[in-house]
Amino acid sequence: MDFELMINSFPKLLNAAVITLKLLSVSLIVGLFIGLLFAILRLNKNIFINKFAYGYSYVFRGTPLLVQIFIIYFGLGQIESLRSSFLWVILKEPYWCAIIAFALNTGAYTSEILRSAFQTIKPGIIEAGKSLGISNKIIFYKVQIPIAIRQSLPAYGNEIILMLKGTSLASTVTLMDLTGVAKYIISTTFKPIEVFIVAGGIYLFLTFIIHNVIKFLEKKYSY
Amino acid sequence: MELLAFGDTGWGDELFRATLMTIAVSITAMLIGFSFAAIFTPLKLSKFKFLNLIANIYTTVIRGVPELLVIYLFFFGGSGAIMFVASMFGYNEYIEINAFVTGSFAIGIISGAYSTEVFRGAIQSIDKGQFEAAKVLGFSKFKQFYKIILPQMLRLAIPNLSNVWQITLKDTSLISVTGLVEIMRQSYIAAGSTRDPLFFYSFAAVLYLLLTFISMKLINKLEVKYSRGY
Repeated sequence: MDFELMINSFPKLLNAAVITLKLLSVSLIVGLFIGLLFAILRLNKNIFINKFAYGYSYVFRGTPLLVQIFIIYFGLGQIESLRSSFLWVILKEPYWCAIIAFALNTGAYTSEILRSAFQTIKPGIIEAGKSLGISNKIIFYKVQIPIAIRQSLPAYGNEIILMLKGTSLASTVTLMDLTGVAKYIISTTFKPIEVFIVAGGIYLFLTFIIHNVIKFLEKKYSY
Repeated sequence: MELLAFGDTGWGDELFRATLMTIAVSITAMLIGFSFAAIFTPLKLSKFKFLNLIANIYTTVIRGVPELLVIYLFFFGGSGAIMFVASMFGYNEYIEINAFVTGSFAIGIISGAYSTEVFRGAIQSIDKGQFEAAKVLGFSKFKQFYKIILPQMLRLAIPNLSNVWQITLKDTSLISVTGLVEIMRQSYIAAGSTRDPLFFYSFAAVLYLLLTFISMKLINKLEVKYSRGY
């Protein structure tokens, strides 16, 4: 055990963890909106809209995240019209490519979580709102969404942790996140176990915090 | 389309072999995972707090740390660990383990942590009366497990195990960083030499979708088989 290396690499890895958290938070926020949008589309009665939303979540849940990042980072640059458009400013940056891939990926899982949450809302609650003369729109925003959020908290907590682990793939497109720096230190010092303990410890600490925040929220919003 | 031709001109046969490799790694990893689950599930359900602790550390650490980090640990640390063990037996030559073994082992350990949780959940949700009835009828511990608990457990576990299988299948794409030529690695090579990454990575995505789709169909059949009588 090389304790000196562990102590020396700790601040470097901690710095890298900030990038991991940035990637995680931005992609979760964008992913939540995508997820909500596609969950609503899934509940639409129009069969084409419905199938489109289903296809989106099927494709993104059925393929590895690594493939999705590679298609966006390496693949999209090949399209000539994209390279000359304003989008290229975003797509040439590995940082934004990773975030787009993560957001689309977590959006697909989130849409499934929210959809099942919407579907488990008892019809009686919506009927009660209707019989009180509340408009459909307000029922949706003031009744269905809050209940769905509460219902989906445990599953969404898991999704956040899966996404935290998913951000490690950013290291494959040259980003120096926690896993990227860990790999760099391992490949220069050839001390995998020490670095694994420190980097893994930081990841576990983050998981622990996320787990407890979700638990707290669950308690707060339980009814 | 000529990019996918079989033979020397296209990448069809290479990608086909790579797909077989992905399937082989996934199945090996899943089986290694089952053996880990077979060890750690009893520890989780044990009466002894210390054994519980060991199993909990295993599942928590593996499920809380990114798969890629675990793969790097095995990739860089694997042969070192084997050589250390070998040196205790007096063998001091350099040992290199191949990418298939490292990869399946790394993914297997990850998959095992998920399988352990699935089996634990399944055993815990079997009615207590079943255990008691088996005991009263004088079944030995061994027979009790194989004839009564296992069939019921499998029925409950299969839907969740199909999720574990999906996770395992998708995780194998990460082994490409160690240089094992599976779908992802082969697409990377093909994309590099033809300068057509969009096509090859999209094709890789289609291959993964096909694999998940076919395995879902097969697992659904298993599910029906094990739900007979319910």
